[in-house]
Amino acid sequence: MLIEQLINGITLGSIYAIVALGFTLVFGVLGIINMAHGEIFMFGAFIGVLVTTSLQLPLWLGFLAAILITAVMGYMLERFALRPLRHKQGVSHLAPLISTIGVSILLENLSHHLFGAGNHPFRASFAEINFQIGSITIYLVQIVIFVISVILMMALSFWLGKTKAGKALRATAENLETASLLGVDTKRIITMTVIIASAMGGIAGILVGMAFNSVTPQMGLSMGLKGLAIIILGGMGNVKGAMAGGLILGLAETFIVVYGDSGYRDAIAFLAIIVILLIRPQGLFGQKIST
Amino acid sequence: MLKVSCIHAFYGNIQVLKNIDLQVEEGSIVTILGANGAGKTTTMKTVAGLLKPQQGKIEFLGEDVTGLRPDQLLRKGIALVPEGRQILAGMTVMENLEMGAYHRKDNEIGQDLEKVLERFPILKEREKQLGGTLSGGQQQMLAIARAILSRPKLLLLDEPSMGLAPLIVADIFKIIKEINETGTTVLLVEQNARQALKISDYGYVLEIGKIVADGKAQDLLNDPRIMEAYLGRKSS
Ligand SMILES: Nc1ncnc2c1ncn2[C@@H]1O[C@H](COP(=O)(O)OP(=O)(O)OP(=O)(O)O)[C@@H](O)[C@H]1O
Ligand SMILES: [Mg+2]
Repeated sequence: MLIEQLINGITLGSIYAIVALGFTLVFGVLGIINMAHGEIFMFGAFIGVLVTTSLQLPLWLGFLAAILITAVMGYMLERFALRPLRHKQGVSHLAPLISTIGVSILLENLSHHLFGAGNHPFRASFAEINFQIGSITIYLVQIVIFVISVILMMALSFWLGKTKAGKALRATAENLETASLLGVDTKRIITMTVIIASAMGGIAGILVGMAFNSVTPQMGLSMGLKGLAIIILGGMGNVKGAMAGGLILGLAETFIVVYGDSGYRDAIAFLAIIVILLIRPQGLFGQKIST
Repeated sequence: MLKVSCIHAFYGNIQVLKNIDLQVEEGSIVTILGANGAGKTTTMKTVAGLLKPQQGKIEFLGEDVTGLRPDQLLRKGIALVPEGRQILAGMTVMENLEMGAYHRKDNEIGQDLEKVLERFPILKEREKQLGGTLSGGQQQMLAIARAILSRPKLLLLDEPSMGLAPLIVADIFKIIKEINETGTTVLLVEQNARQALKISDYGYVLEIGKIVADGKAQDLLNDPRIMEAYLGRKSS
């Protein structure tokens, strides 16, 4: 029982980590909270439903389509909602935040319109496959989610730590002016960051659809707020913090449902923020993108 | 090599540079002197592309480069070591150096890295340390080394001796001289006027956004009015 819950918690936590990474990358580079990230995530989930359930195509095609479409959404977000507000005289520093809130509302309405308000099941072909180890049941879906999340996190860490583009991103996150003096085309790095973050959101959307077998237009908001909670918990703009914070939140939620009262499940994230902010205002891991 | 003509620059509505003209000959060291707030950093930022001038023209190697971005200017050969060094504190010393060669595509980067580490043994020792953990003098060395790795034709240095102990200041000036001797042209902003002029060929004096004097470094050093106004600060 305990181990099963642990597995559930880790599965959920690794998805949270992927969502939070999208937030933290954008915050690291642009210094803004992308309130539309949750809705981009939700679109990823719907594209997964569309491809695998409605069109009956294989799961990998669902991932591919979700990645492509959410990447394009990320590009549009940067190009039309964020860039025009940058370096403009007299534009409030809150403007980009408001702008992303606007995009998030637009996307939620759009998804109501496109997909309907109801609950859409997400049928992975291997949803029922499970393994019994002693008294423990592990679903293949959980393993797939965990493996994809870990690969994604490792790839991101490697990319940020070892590649030229990844280093340029970190330099831009640390100091935009310095990065540009070193020859980094910071506009391109910013665009690339929003695209990567959005595509990660899209992947997380499919993972959540698989995990809960349910996709709704409202899922973006609650996931967005949780992602926000996680990056405050882990340290704004911090990659390790987002991973650890996601895991912590996933485990905490799972155990509160089992051993406490499931009604408080969604409150956990916000309780955690309040406590952390009181004890460690800079978050668990401190600031900015590092490896 | 660099020709700045009639530059007017603003921060918002406040005009900081008023009709700045200056010229840097290839192979020389040129120093800009001036009191705090005179506009020295603003001049450097404008030349490096961080600030777009409202009016005026910047020519580099005969080409109009007014309004280009810093990364574009770096590719043309202009590198700035900004005031306060601006080390990437969360990246290692090695990563900082690698970022110096970010725009390069040739295959001599590794070789240049080794040369630089040889010239600055302290950086080699601290290769894996985070930039933010270095002392002020070490950070300045790192900032200069990083800029060299971009293989600039014109190196802009904004108060490289700021806040450093006299012994290290002397070291920095020696390094600047060396860099110049290997063929890099240098435009320097300094408050350590005497030491700066000693290694320079030419100097400009900036006062509240205007150039009020200029001349051969030697002449400026011997000019009693300038000595009093700008060299009064204890140095050397
Ligand atoms: N970002 C900014 N916004 C508004 N005003 C600025 C800004 N930066 C500098 N200034 C103003 O512009 C003027 C020139 O500043 P600048 O930094 O170029 O001087 P400086 O000669 O480099 O001085 P210092 O010796 O202190 O470095 C000053 O009056 C300063 O207050
Ligand atoms: Mg200055």
